[in-house]
This record gives sequence, C-alpha cells and structure tokens, in this order.
Amino acid sequence: MTPMDVDVLEAGIVKKVAESSGIPRMWHQWKEKGIELLLLIAALTSVAITIGIVGVLAYESVLFFRQVSLVEFLTDRQWTPLFAEPHYGILSLVSGTLVTTIVSLMVAVPMGSLIAIYLSEYASRTIRESVKPALELLSAVPTVVYGYFALLFVTPMLQKVWPELPGFNMLSAGLVIGIMIVPYVSSVSEDAMRAVPVHLREGAFALGATRMQTALRVVFPSALSGITAAYVLGVSRAIGETMVVAIAAGMQPTLTWNPLEPAATMTAYIVQVSLGDLPHGSIGYQTIFATGLTLMLITLVFNIAGHVLKKRYRQVY
Amino acid sequence: MSIALLVLLALLGQLIFDGLGRLSWQFLSSFPSRFPDQAGILSAWVGTILVMFLTALTAIPLGIGAAIYLEEYAPKNWVTELIEINIANLAGVPSIVYGLMALGLLVYELHLGQSFLTAGLTLAMLILPMVIIATREAIRSVPPQIREAAYALGATKWQTVRDHVVPYSMGGMLTGMILALSRAVGETAPLITVGALSFIAFLPHPPWQAEFPFISLQWLFDPFTVMPIQMFNWVSRPQEEFHVNAAAAGLVLLLMTLAMNALAIIIRARFRKRIHW
Amino acid sequence: MNAMAASQDVLKAESRALSFYYGAAQALHNVSLDLYDRRVTALIGPSGCGKTTYLRCLNRMHDLYPGNRYEGEVLLYPDKVNIVGPGVDPIEIRMRIGMVFQKPNPFPKTIFENVAYGMRIRGTSARHDLDIVVERALRNAALWAEVKDRLHGPAFNLSGGQQQRLCIARALATDPELLLFDEPTSALDPTATARIEELVTELKEKVAIIMVTHNMQQAARVSDYTAFMYEGRLVEYARTEKMFTNPSVKLTEDYVTGRFG
Repeated sequence: MTPMDVDVLEAGIVKKVAESSGIPRMWHQWKEKGIELLLLIAALTSVAITIGIVGVLAYESVLFFRQVSLVEFLTDRQWTPLFAEPHYGILSLVSGTLVTTIVSLMVAVPMGSLIAIYLSEYASRTIRESVKPALELLSAVPTVVYGYFALLFVTPMLQKVWPELPGFNMLSAGLVIGIMIVPYVSSVSEDAMRAVPVHLREGAFALGATRMQTALRVVFPSALSGITAAYVLGVSRAIGETMVVAIAAGMQPTLTWNPLEPAATMTAYIVQVSLGDLPHGSIGYQTIFATGLTLMLITLVFNIAGHVLKKRYRQVY
Repeated sequence: MSIALLVLLALLGQLIFDGLGRLSWQFLSSFPSRFPDQAGILSAWVGTILVMFLTALTAIPLGIGAAIYLEEYAPKNWVTELIEINIANLAGVPSIVYGLMALGLLVYELHLGQSFLTAGLTLAMLILPMVIIATREAIRSVPPQIREAAYALGATKWQTVRDHVVPYSMGGMLTGMILALSRAVGETAPLITVGALSFIAFLPHPPWQAEFPFISLQWLFDPFTVMPIQMFNWVSRPQEEFHVNAAAAGLVLLLMTLAMNALAIIIRARFRKRIHW
Repeated sequence: MNAMAASQDVLKAESRALSFYYGAAQALHNVSLDLYDRRVTALIGPSGCGKTTYLRCLNRMHDLYPGNRYEGEVLLYPDKVNIVGPGVDPIEIRMRIGMVFQKPNPFPKTIFENVAYGMRIRGTSARHDLDIVVERALRNAALWAEVKDRLHGPAFNLSGGQQQRLCIARALATDPELLLFDEPTSALDPTATARIEELVTELKEKVAIIMVTHNMQQAARVSDYTAFMYEGRLVEYARTEKMFTNPSVKLTEDYVTGRFG
C-alpha cells in the first residue's frame, strides 16, 4: 500500500465517522443523563438506609415510651422487662457497656500507642509494609471467634490466677475487645503521627534529642488530637461490639461497676431477646429498639467527636 | 506488632488445638444435631455462601455506583454534602443496629420473613459504606491527567469512567470488596437480630427447577443459618462437646476470612505492580 | 500586523475579548488573539500569567471542574462556532481539537489501544480501519519505526520521550483541526525535546498548532507567531521574529531578554 492510498483510506474512515455522529449525539446525551441518574440513585440508597435505621428505631421507641416514662428509663436501677414485675432502667445495661469499654481501653491505649509510635517513628518501610497487613488480618477475625477466645481461653487463664472469677465476666470480654480494636486505634494514630511534618522532627534531632525523646516529646504531643480521635473512634467500636460480650460477659443485666462480675451490655441484651421469640409488637420486642436507639445515640456522639478531632489535626498542618 | 501476631497465633492455636480433631468430611457434610459427635456445618456453610452471594449482588453494584457518582459526577451542593456526611456516619453505626433496622423494616414491614433474602440485604446494607469508601479511594488513585487525556479526545463522562477510571482502579476496588465481604462473612449480631435459626437440618430449595424458566427463587424465602451463627450456638451451650464443634466451626470460619484477606492482599500487590502512575 | 504574512495566513480560530474566571478569581482579561491554520503559535510568559489557562479554554478543559466561567468568545473556523458558547457541547469541540499535555499521560493500555481510543469513541471498531489509522498516526508522530513490533505491548514501557510522541499520535489519530500543546517538553531530556520540536515543525504542514512554553529558545525555534502574556493579559502578539528581535512593548523586551520571569 502506498502512502497515498493510506491517505485516501484514512480520510474515508474519518469522514465516515464524522457523518455518523448526527443523531447518535442526541442519543448519547440522553444516555449520559440516564447513567448519571442511576448513579445518583445508587448514592442515595445510603441515605435511604439511614432513614430506615432512624425511622425504625424512632417508631418502635415511641411505642415503647408511650408505656414507659423517660424518667423511669433513665433512673430505674433495674432492667427486668421480661419479669412479672418489669423494670426498665437502662442504666443496668449502660453500666455493663461502660465497664467492658473501659477495660478494653486499658488494653488498647497502651498497645495501640506503642504500635503506632513504633510504626511511624522506628519501623523501616519494609517492616511497616508487612506489619500493616498483619494488623489488618487481626481486624478481619470474626467477632464470634474472639468471643470463643474470651470465654474458653482468656477466662480459664485468668481463673488460674484468680480462682473465684466467674465463668462469665466483663473483664475477659473487655480485654479481648481491647485487642480487637488495637488495629483500628493504631492505624488511625499512626496516620496522625505521620502527618506531623518532618521539619518538626528534624528540629528536635538538630537539638540533640534522641529518637525516643523526639517521638514522645515532639511527635506524640503534636499528633495528640489525631491520636485522641483514634481512641474516641475506638471507644465507639467497643461500645457497639456485640458477640464478645454476648458470649463471654453473661446475659444478666446488673447494675455493677466491678469488671470481675458478669453483666449484660446493651448489645448483649438485644442478642438475648432476639434469640428468644418475643411476639412482634409486645413491649418486650420494643425494648430492644429503645436499647438500640440509646446505643446508637451514644456511638453517634463518639463518632462525631472523633471526626471533629480528626478534622482538626488535618487542619493544623 | 509481634504482639498482634502473637494474638493471632494464640487464636489460631487455640482453635486448632480444640477443633482440628473434629474437622472431618462428616463434620462438613452433616446437619446440626442434638448429639455433638454427629453434628455438622452443612447447612451453615451452604447458608454462608448463599447469603454472601446475595450480599455481593446487592452491595457491589450499589457501592460502585455510589462511589463513581461521588467521585466523578457529584456537583458541590447540599445533596452531595448530605450523602458524604451520611456515609461517614453510617460506617460508624454498630452492626447490631442494622439488624434492628432489618428486623423492623425487612422482616415485618416488607414481610420478607426471616429468610436468605433478608439476611443478604441486611449484610449488604451493613457493608455498603465500606464498599463505597474503599471504591472511592481506589478511584481517587487514578490521576486526573488520565481523565483529562480521555476528555481531550472527546470522550463523554461515562466513556471516561467506563474505559479508564473503572478499569484502572479495578485492583483497589476488588481489594476493598473482598475485605468488605470478609467482614460480612464473620458478621453475627445483625443476623441474630433478624432471627437466624441455629438449628436447620435441611438445605434450602435448589435455585433451579425442572420446568421453565429453570431458575427457582424459592430459596430466597427459606429460613437461613450461617457459619458464625452456628458457631455462636455451639459456644453458648454448656456442654464441653459442643465447644469442640464450635472450635472446629470457628477454624473453618477463620480460614474462610483469612483466605479472603490473603486474596485481597495478593490482588492489591498484583495491580500495584501492573500500574505505576 | 505584517501585511504579507496576513495575506498568506488563513484564520483557524480567533478569541475575542476572552475572559476566564476560576470561581471569583479572574484569570484571563479580555484576551483577543488570531490563530492561523498551518502555523505554530507560541504562548509565552512567566508562570501564572494565564497561558495554560488560555490554552485550556480552547478545548473547554475548564468545564471538567466546577465553578469555572468564560466570558467573550472564541470562534473556530471555518464554521465560526463559538467554542466557549454556553449552548455548545464541549464534547463536540474536543472531538475537533487535539491536546498534548505537560507530562506524558498515556493510558495504561497497549500502544495500539492508546492511539485507537479516539477512533473507538467515535464509533469505529472495525479492526482494519483501526489498523490503518493507528499506523498513520504513529508514522506522523515519528514513532512507528520504534514501536511497530510491540504495538500490543504496554505503553508504560516506553521512554518518556516516546510516551510523549505516543500522546501526540493519540491526538493525531482523529485528524484534529487544531492541536494544543501544553509545555510538551517540560518533562523531557534535551534529546527527546529536540525530537518533539522537530515533530512540531513537521506537523504544522497539516494542522494549526498552539503551544504553551516557558522556554523562550523553544518558542523562537519552532513558532511562527508568539503571544506574550502577563498577569492574565495579552501584552504583545506578533510574528516570532519580530517578538524576539524588535518587540514593541518594553515588558516583552524585558521578558524575552531574560530580565525577569
């Protein structure tokens, strides 16, 4: 084929294409609009889910609060909705949640911070690249497996030290939840610490600070709001954690602050009721929605606080 | 870091120690039973696969669609802002709350019952924010210059997305989706809430039939159980023999999720090698 | 303007009092410029002077980002369609105008698919047609000899200079009427730069070329016309020889002699 032929041929092809783009353009524009609409609908489903959650919780809770006063709900010291003489004091469940959460923080705060400091200040790139997936794996373990671990590994171990520890107790549940949230806490705090600009570190090194002094006195305080965000978000996860407490902490709602005792959390209570079969529409059925609403409001507060803190450290630099 | 690995090893060790002896063909091919040594996880693993199928079928197209909209189409206005805030908040809602919502809405309001369909949709809603967030991150890794190159040639928005943005972010998207599904595999609480049965001694209707149209949707409305529910049921029994079953089931479950995670890591590494921006 | 030059030159596009805003910030002020067919027009000026912004008005690239606004008009000859007109579909415009970017930005696909993409979205999928177009474009971009044996290998394996020529081939494949170059050699080494400059000189036999550059030697070497911009305004526009030997404006002289910028 001579170059001349190619020229003619190519001109023909380009012309053919140009001529065919009259009516199809309109069709193209409609197609584009249609696709955009479909994608928008996909994005709006997430809003629909939120509406669904808030709607269902609010609707059932309204029915609940028609029969139980808010004052009783917040101040009664017992939670016995299924007894002949029912009490609806959410405090008994909140205390269980609070105790397990605090225990979990006792594990997660030191461990998460150490890992974060190590990863961001000490570890080489290759180590970091291999440790992060390992931590991710830890957060991929199903919670029910952690529950098994708490009940049949941690508790028996603790019982060796502490023979009078009951089989169900908040301590081992809390410890295991702490381990569960470590990957999350450490990855968010590491991000925060790595966001601290290099020149701050260099400044410290230039003054003769050791790596440890730099990490603890310069990087850690500078990243404090980000690190706090990590814990606040970690707390929110611990509060919402269900299976570990349902398996290992017991199902008995008790107003106690002693981690060595068994007690039900809000989530464990919902599981317990769901396992039985309470008739749809009964007050017992509605209690789980009132509990769920309380749970959601508490986690929402922590989530919002966490996001505000996270935003703040992003703004600083 | 060594602590993390240690914990993982302890977990695995404990499960292997307790449950490996119980793992057998009989265990995988039997229904649950009152007799611990005859019980198995047939209905549970079949259930997990079916529920995951429904979850993936729902959450993946919705999640990708939403992510593409937010990254490539969304104008800066209050609707977009609302969707953004909403997704960030949804990701922090405890999983059991999704279960409550599904119980009130899907089971009773929409009369889907305590079925595979309900379970699949519940988990799909649960992982949707995760899928969206992961997909958006993957899409953002495609540099704007590539989009500009496509637009400069006269490509429409959809052509740019279909021919460039999606294929080039496929690695990240796949990774995110597998991780989200691996979360869903181990998810227990919301399914207990919608009313999973832990004692199912039959398989759902097969998804095919002899007559036209040969596909049967009957199974969607069958009662369901899944691996973590089965394990939970055995763990919460007082008899030690059942704990052995729980360990064996946990081992299978853990292997499932670890395999999915390993797959995700491999895919991520593969795609990273293939495309350097 | 030089009367002899004007008689030979055919107008390809002209901007009339073109202003451009990024949100509230005005980036271009009443830029009026004639662009000629089969000529290379260089846009020069210090960073931030608006030369790239102007270039990206010509194929409506600014439409990709929210909050941007055009004022005035840019007429594309021969049909005198207003490129920045509100009712004009930017895709129609981009179909007629090719663009080559600062950094080579091939798609992570094969060499063949990179060049063929423009034709594919215009609806050509016949293998035979694509083969012809791709070969033609690669020959015109002086890349054919180097890649003809690995057309179906990844474009990312090419060197930077080759990648940039691939991007030129990609833009040429659809037979554009106007070719926009946005500092096409700023990421390349001197040898690769020389090849691109050579290529530009060959290409102007067929098509109108507008080239942003902040390398004044480059402007002097390859362009027929030069426009000097400063702070969003067009300071001076003339034939390149005149701009570099005898500019009428003091500011231009200061810039081309390297006194600032």
